[in-house]
Amino acid sequence: MALIEAKHLSLGYDRQSIVEDLSFRVEAGDYLCIVGENGSGKTTLMKTLLRLIEPLRGSIVLGDGLRRNEIGYLPQQTVVQRDFPASVREIVISGCQGRSRLFYTAKDKALAEENMRRMGILDLKNRCYRELSGGQQQRVLLARALCATRKVLLLDEPVAGLDPVVTAEMYDLIAELNREGVTIIMISHDLDEAIACCTHILHIGKSAFFGTKEQYLNSDIGRRFLAPEGGATA
Amino acid sequence: MTTLIEYMQYPFVRYALVVGVLIALCSSLLGVTLVLKRFSFIGDGLSHVAFGAMALASVLDLTDNLILVLPVTVLCAVLLLRGGQRVRIKGDAAIAMISVGALAFGYLLMNVFSKSSNLSGDVCSTLFGSTSILTLKAKDVYLCIALSVAVMLIFVLFYNRIFAVTFDEAFSRSAGVNAEGYNLLIAVIIACVIVLAMQLVGSLLISALVIFPAMSAMRLFKSFRSVTVCAAVVSVACALIGMVASILAGTPVGSTIVAVDVLAFALCALGGRISGRTA
Ligand SMILES: Nc1ncnc2c1ncn2[C@@H]1O[C@H](COP(=O)(O)OP(=O)(O)O)[C@@H](O)[C@H]1O
Ligand SMILES: [Mg+2]
Repeated sequence: MALIEAKHLSLGYDRQSIVEDLSFRVEAGDYLCIVGENGSGKTTLMKTLLRLIEPLRGSIVLGDGLRRNEIGYLPQQTVVQRDFPASVREIVISGCQGRSRLFYTAKDKALAEENMRRMGILDLKNRCYRELSGGQQQRVLLARALCATRKVLLLDEPVAGLDPVVTAEMYDLIAELNREGVTIIMISHDLDEAIACCTHILHIGKSAFFGTKEQYLNSDIGRRFLAPEGGATA
Repeated sequence: MTTLIEYMQYPFVRYALVVGVLIALCSSLLGVTLVLKRFSFIGDGLSHVAFGAMALASVLDLTDNLILVLPVTVLCAVLLLRGGQRVRIKGDAAIAMISVGALAFGYLLMNVFSKSSNLSGDVCSTLFGSTSILTLKAKDVYLCIALSVAVMLIFVLFYNRIFAVTFDEAFSRSAGVNAEGYNLLIAVIIACVIVLAMQLVGSLLISALVIFPAMSAMRLFKSFRSVTVCAAVVSVACALIGMVASILAGTPVGSTIVAVDVLAFALCALGGRISGRTA
């Protein structure tokens, strides 16, 4: 059984559909990359998978004993977060909120510590989030997402606004997590680097595509999407 | 100094100080959340609603104004939050309409029906706080204490959740946390704080009491916990200084406290600048 299976999904807000009839499946250990133009509904799809919004039609089935609060989420950054007075530690441990009761246990604290070490930000733990660099901030949010799950990460443009070196580091980090067995579903903009590590591709937009990376590279839609702007780094 | 000690002999002076400290403590707790969640608008709107309800209560000659003011304000908090979420764009307009409407009706009611000979004095004290906190009755004092203890307990109990929902609502919801419920809780606490603070500084100055300590603390500290603690300390200190000053100098208590808050903010902003430069 697939970890996440979407069947004939229609997505949108206020009954206004944005994406129609989308089907795909994600197996444990996959690395799925979601691509598509700006405004094509990638973020909307991710929010629907998380049940932050309900699908207009169709269904999302979670398998392999995956529970809804066992999905780690790295949202697109919001304005509020940028000037929030919070320490790294406070943010990372808030990843445990889905499982814990009102107060965090010693186990939660240990998990937060472990994930900060995994992301290489343990020495930043008492620093203020808003004073970190963009790459460091993303590592903090990734560590938080890892506190929520050992199984699946949903990453919404994790490298947006990062410089090329830090972007490459971020992709390495994500690929490393995937090798450790974490299933990755990632939205990305710059195709070349994103596609390098992934196993499957979901392209949404006027024409949709779902398949393995090799199938995508040999398909019309893949060639068309990669050709004109593939070399450009945004 | 001797006058102060003389004053402290009277139980109602001690009551006033206790109440002032508790209110200042409560109102500072949610300041950060209010500022960062862009709820300060709601806070402002609610204080006007509370004014309208207060006017209504005084016209109806209720023995205890809070019986009417508290439920009305809480209800409005819930409605505003709900409405704000459903129609994102019109949320601000709805708040403005309700708050200005409540203000106008409150004043109208007081004007038409008031039996008091000193109308402008009544209006002024509802807007800016009683000229002297020393007029609080024992029953008000107990109610204030009970309400502020409840607010503090709820805040401490749900501290981690309030932090999480304020920092990133989408993440909280994705983790299965009932973020809407916590937003509601925050709105209800804000309503309670506003009603409480109205006793101390009047409805126009409430926002200052809620927001200034949080802003001051945010200049100096970097983590949510230290900002919250610092805001509470600053708020209590300012309230104490303001109350003592107003007793000694005979100035209106609300505006004196807020003036001290503004001063503290200026100091903290300066301190933040200096430490930021050396760090
Ligand atoms: N909260 C919302 N309410 C209504 N429409 C929205 C909302 N958020 C996004 N949209 C619209 O949905 C479409 C898809 O947005 P989004 O999923 O964010 O695109 P992407 O992430 O692929 O750039 C856009 O046209 C956007 O204007
Ligand atoms: Mg997006």
